Amino acid sequence: MKFYRSQVLVCAGTGCTSSGSADIIRIFKEEIEKVGLSEEVNVIHTGCFGLCENGPVVIVYPEGAFYSHIKLTDVPRIVTEHLLKGRIVTDLVYSSDSAHKSKSMALEDIEFYKKQKRVALRNCGAIDPENIEEYIAFDGYKALAKCLTEYTGEEGRDKIIDIMLQSGLRGRGGAGFPTGLKWKFAKAPVSDIKYVCCNADEGDPGAFMDRSVLEGDPHAVLEAMTIAGYVIGAQQGYIYVRAEYPIAVHRLRIAINQAREYGLLGNNILGTDFSFDIDLRLGSGAFVCGEETALLASIEGKRGEPNPRPPFPAVKGLFGKPTLLNNVETYANVCQIILNGPEWFASMGTEKSKGTKVFALGGKIQNTGLVEVPMGTTLREVIYEIGGGIPNGKKFKAAQTGGPSGGCIPAQHLDVPIDFDNLSAIGSMMGSGGLIVMDEDNCMVNIAKFFLEFTCDESCGKCPPCRIGTRRMLEILEKICDGKGEPGDIEKLEELAINIKNSALCGLGQTAPNPVLSTLRYFRDEYEAHIYEHRCPAGVCSSMLRYTIDPEKCKGCSLCAKNCPAGAISGEIKKPFVIDTEKCVKCGACIEKCKFGAISRK
Amino acid sequence: MANENKAREELYKELDVIIEQWKDEPGGLLPIMQNAQEIIGCVDEEVQNYISDKTGIPVSTIYGVATFYSLFTLEPNGKYTIGICLGTACYVRGSQLVYDELSKQLGVEGGRTTGDGLFTLTATRCIGCCGLAPAMTVNGDVYGRVKPEDVKGIIEKYRNIG
Repeated sequence: MKFYRSQVLVCAGTGCTSSGSADIIRIFKEEIEKVGLSEEVNVIHTGCFGLCENGPVVIVYPEGAFYSHIKLTDVPRIVTEHLLKGRIVTDLVYSSDSAHKSKSMALEDIEFYKKQKRVALRNCGAIDPENIEEYIAFDGYKALAKCLTEYTGEEGRDKIIDIMLQSGLRGRGGAGFPTGLKWKFAKAPVSDIKYVCCNADEGDPGAFMDRSVLEGDPHAVLEAMTIAGYVIGAQQGYIYVRAEYPIAVHRLRIAINQAREYGLLGNNILGTDFSFDIDLRLGSGAFVCGEETALLASIEGKRGEPNPRPPFPAVKGLFGKPTLLNNVETYANVCQIILNGPEWFASMGTEKSKGTKVFALGGKIQNTGLVEVPMGTTLREVIYEIGGGIPNGKKFKAAQTGGPSGGCIPAQHLDVPIDFDNLSAIGSMMGSGGLIVMDEDNCMVNIAKFFLEFTCDESCGKCPPCRIGTRRMLEILEKICDGKGEPGDIEKLEELAINIKNSALCGLGQTAPNPVLSTLRYFRDEYEAHIYEHRCPAGVCSSMLRYTIDPEKCKGCSLCAKNCPAGAISGEIKKPFVIDTEKCVKCGACIEKCKFGAISRK
Repeated sequence: MANENKAREELYKELDVIIEQWKDEPGGLLPIMQNAQEIIGCVDEEVQNYISDKTGIPVSTIYGVATFYSLFTLEPNGKYTIGICLGTACYVRGSQLVYDELSKQLGVEGGRTTGDGLFTLTATRCIGCCGLAPAMTVNGDVYGRVKPEDVKGIIEKYRNIG
């Protein structure tokens, strides 16, 4: 590799690409060429840095200057000032307060990164994901080499399983099944043909952990899958990735081709008699395909409907052969465990949940983005110290984890250390790692309805409890949100929820009632307000809202009446105006226009 | 669709190359259909029959797949596909209001195309720009932090291009 005096790292994850980072890379190269520094400064596009809220993000090394919210017009200044004259452009550098008083020059000084521990995301934002040599320079494919040379024969392969078991790594896809045990089960059956699959069908709305790993460090997944193939005796691997992730798909294709060129995939890997190859299969937009048997059906080219287990995929999986299926983030931990030892991994986390977990932090939070913290970190630390708290001085109401299968966690549990078992105990689940924060303006009944709409829509229709039961639950929720709730609705919801949980065929159906159950557990008062008082406390459910003008505050300027699209406001100039609630369409235009804060929505 | 002016026969020739490549692969039906959707713009009855003839897979199986996955459409989409992210992060920041406004402005429900064939409105799953929530896309161009009042201007922009 060539030596450069300066490196310009530009985030090319999906978030930053959406805000124009590809053009920023192009302008950087052009401007650097103009000032004649092409031989001295290297521009690299990397995976996600995590602080998506502040994208597009650019880091210039060796100084480590962290530039945020970069616009195309800022690029020439950074090039002439920083790269040519050596003066950091301080007004473009990230600052945790908007007044730009405290300047955080380097990554490690930024509050957002201080409490994080990056294992799965180690290379994201650090290397060029489209260059295998950069991955190799960061210890890439060293774990594979170690496995193939040090852990040979039947004994060696069992030793690798022991390492995985000792590390305590549990599946990061949601259920938290011990990874080593899964590998052991898949190794046991005798079969000429076996498969290793990777679940990259990240369907939880608001979750993008796996996508960021694939975009930022695709080789880490390929290497781990190859090791898994070696252990269980498979020759072929498949990565099932969402078609909605075009950047991830593109980088995986490049990575697979490079690995083949370097002899790290294909026949006789590293000169041994072990052969293994990996192909991609694209998902076509079906949430249920995140369920393992449905995913395998989809790879087989069928409708992605789940099948009853047993037989488990480890015994009879893809094309009827023993199959190992792990999720992206799980694989992303494997090579580090082999290189650093199981004790290192087990030293992080809690008693039953080892290592770190990646969360996609979103919703009503200052620093939307991707964070990786040791298991056992509290929600409060994640939301307030790393996430920067709730914007606009609003009050925290709940954090939602586990997506449509999970639940809402209220303020009283903010200090619970996050791990698999604790989250289950408080009625939520780890899930794949989506963490959506809600504030006082979010209606919890409405949120429960939102998730039920999702699961109803995504139910594959194979089993009646899920197909019909979730539909009935949704109807009741719609009724409640419409102000037509009746006494007994809550009890009906609870009864349906328990029956669906007990009788649905797959994980999607069994967990579909969770958002309703958890909001009922912690926010029952909101349901009751909707049903008994026909009132939405958060002011979200529009059919129950009433807009009124406070005659004390109204100056009679008529601005609201002029802006009312329904002609529902009337009055005399300089006297208090009134809203005709029969005509009002509840659009809220009047509230926005009123300069005196005289209009309220309740 | 960019391919709308090309005759179906020509598009089928493109599809033939794909079918040849995948038809003997195990699980090749999905890649064939994904490509058909991209090349032709939909997998309507005619396309389903065509794939069935070429691969020997029963058309009932193909129809089953086409109606299972949200990627496949049975009729061509409009020239511009507008996607509103209804992922949780966007939803809690008000993307439903943006969606409702779009539906009102365009006069169509989600999943439908406007009478002039210009716009198809869809609610999409998380597109992963949660930092830009609420987010919407028009044929892949991403608009971030969209407010209901921005919708009109965005639609006008594309209407003017035609």
